[in-house]
Amino acid sequence: MSFFLLILIYTGIYALMAIGQNLITGYGGMLSLCQAGFYGIGAYATAILTVTFGWNFWATLPVAIGLSALFGLLIGLPTLRLNGDYLAIATLGFGEIVRNVLNNWVSLTNGPMGIQRIPMVEIFGFQINPYRKVAFAILVWVFVVALYFIFKRFAKCRLGRALMAISEDEIAAGSMGINVTIYKVVAFMLGASSAGLAGSFFAVYSLSVTPGSFQFMTSVLVLCMVVLGGMGNFKACILGAFIIQFISYLPQLLGVTNLVPAQAKQVFFGLILVVMMVWRPQGILGREKFTYVKKSAKGIQEG
Amino acid sequence: MLLETEKLTRIYGGVVAINDVDFHASEGLITGLIGPNGAGKTTLFNNMTGLDVPTRGKVFFEGNDITGKSAHEISRMGIARTFQNIRLFKEMSVIENVMIGRHFKVGNKDKGRFRQALKSYFFMSREERWIYDSAMEYLEFLELGKFANDDAKSLPYGHQRELEIARALATEPKLLFLDEPAAGMNPQETEHLMETIRRIRDKGISIVLIEHDMKLVMNICDEITVLSFGQKIAEGTPEEIQNNETVIEAYLGREEED
Ligand SMILES: Nc1ncnc2c1ncn2[C@@H]1O[C@H](COP(=O)(O)OP(=O)(O)O)[C@@H](O)[C@H]1O
Ligand SMILES: [Mg+2]
Repeated sequence: MSFFLLILIYTGIYALMAIGQNLITGYGGMLSLCQAGFYGIGAYATAILTVTFGWNFWATLPVAIGLSALFGLLIGLPTLRLNGDYLAIATLGFGEIVRNVLNNWVSLTNGPMGIQRIPMVEIFGFQINPYRKVAFAILVWVFVVALYFIFKRFAKCRLGRALMAISEDEIAAGSMGINVTIYKVVAFMLGASSAGLAGSFFAVYSLSVTPGSFQFMTSVLVLCMVVLGGMGNFKACILGAFIIQFISYLPQLLGVTNLVPAQAKQVFFGLILVVMMVWRPQGILGREKFTYVKKSAKGIQEG
Repeated sequence: MLLETEKLTRIYGGVVAINDVDFHASEGLITGLIGPNGAGKTTLFNNMTGLDVPTRGKVFFEGNDITGKSAHEISRMGIARTFQNIRLFKEMSVIENVMIGRHFKVGNKDKGRFRQALKSYFFMSREERWIYDSAMEYLEFLELGKFANDDAKSLPYGHQRELEIARALATEPKLLFLDEPAAGMNPQETEHLMETIRRIRDKGISIVLIEHDMKLVMNICDEITVLSFGQKIAEGTPEEIQNNETVIEAYLGREEED
């Protein structure tokens, strides 16, 4: 039971990142490969602020979100004019830079040893420590559901439609009066901030952070979740997060960890991606179609 | 003058695509832009709509210098366009394509774009209804209403060209650029398109039209400019153009080469 809760918690943490990746890649059409970088920024923001500066966890959340959004802005501005593979490489580089800084800025991050003894989350005096898995799962999933609705609304309104138009044809979108750069940068910042949020929860769940948790492979996994579930579909990327996490923990679940080498998982995920690309490029659920008001209500005019 | 260019020049590497072109479009008229393939017509469009930056020269719209402005700025000033190679948002529905055209038309521009964006987010349903209803009007104007919920890519070719026009009109332009709107259409569709273009003009929207179909051009244009090898070789009424020696030579000369 507690094992399923563990999967549920990690699914939730990754779903936060996948929801952001979906906005960036599924709607914005930007192939970004640095969710792990923002995840690390969020996790270390919470770790450093709580441990070194004695902040409350809840106060660190807006900082983690804001800081990752800020970094999203800083790397988005120069790189988002790049397309496809070039953007992927640039963002990959950023993710690696974050990890290297975490490794080497010892005075702030304690280097490869990481930061331990992160205080547990408290809410109304009730401590949600990692052993209270049900409480922690609820906590994370409340945020997943909230983020789902917030981002889905963004995608459905005028702003998301503009973003999607940009991903289909930047030139045509620009000719429709859409400021292409601003939309791409904002989508990138929102996606980055969702990974920052995920990082904060990761920090208070594992109660310690080390740079090794924010590898390139994490970014790839998040992208996998979105591609597997279905690009342009927020429900689908939560499903994708669950499937990938479930498969990740399957060897442990079956008690065969010593039979399955760690690399086998990565090979398996690679295989999933290839199979999906060939057989079902739209993902399990496919893109979500929005339906619009069909009947006109006369006289409603926006001022 | 609604739109004017001054010695507009665009050089790609060694190719002078347009060379010192003084082009103009008058308010309320349909201006034809003709010339053999590769004459520089599309390049001229691109350099007036912010998709390309001229090497030299200037573009004025309603007396304002718009040279080098970006596409979205120019669109917001009141110039819309269609594309020679159709550029619809293919994965989106027909109505969504036109709703994109309404993107910038919501609310009160004086409030600032950021506040407007917040309003779009928090009061989505009211605004969406307005966007939908007004987009529908443009779709009906092009007689595409019954396709509203189809995927744009599923439309027959001729209708795709019309949808591009609906989408451009949805931005409420003062000036509309049409790049070969009849390309790939059969004679009946072309006939229908001519009627549509007149109806657009009658709404008070000025039009610049690139077209190879001479019957269409001579029929509906009030003024015509002729380009050849990147240079303006003639301008005038359809009658003047039809009897212009240089124009006849340019067209015949090019045919002999082929
Ligand atoms: N982006 C570009 N790069 C290089 N050459 C171009 C580009 N766009 C157009 N040209 C060249 O400019 C000339 C004019 O092209 P174009 O404007 O498309 O002609 P038209 O629309 O009249 O058929 C052609 O010789 C074409 O090859
Ligand atoms: Mg052309």
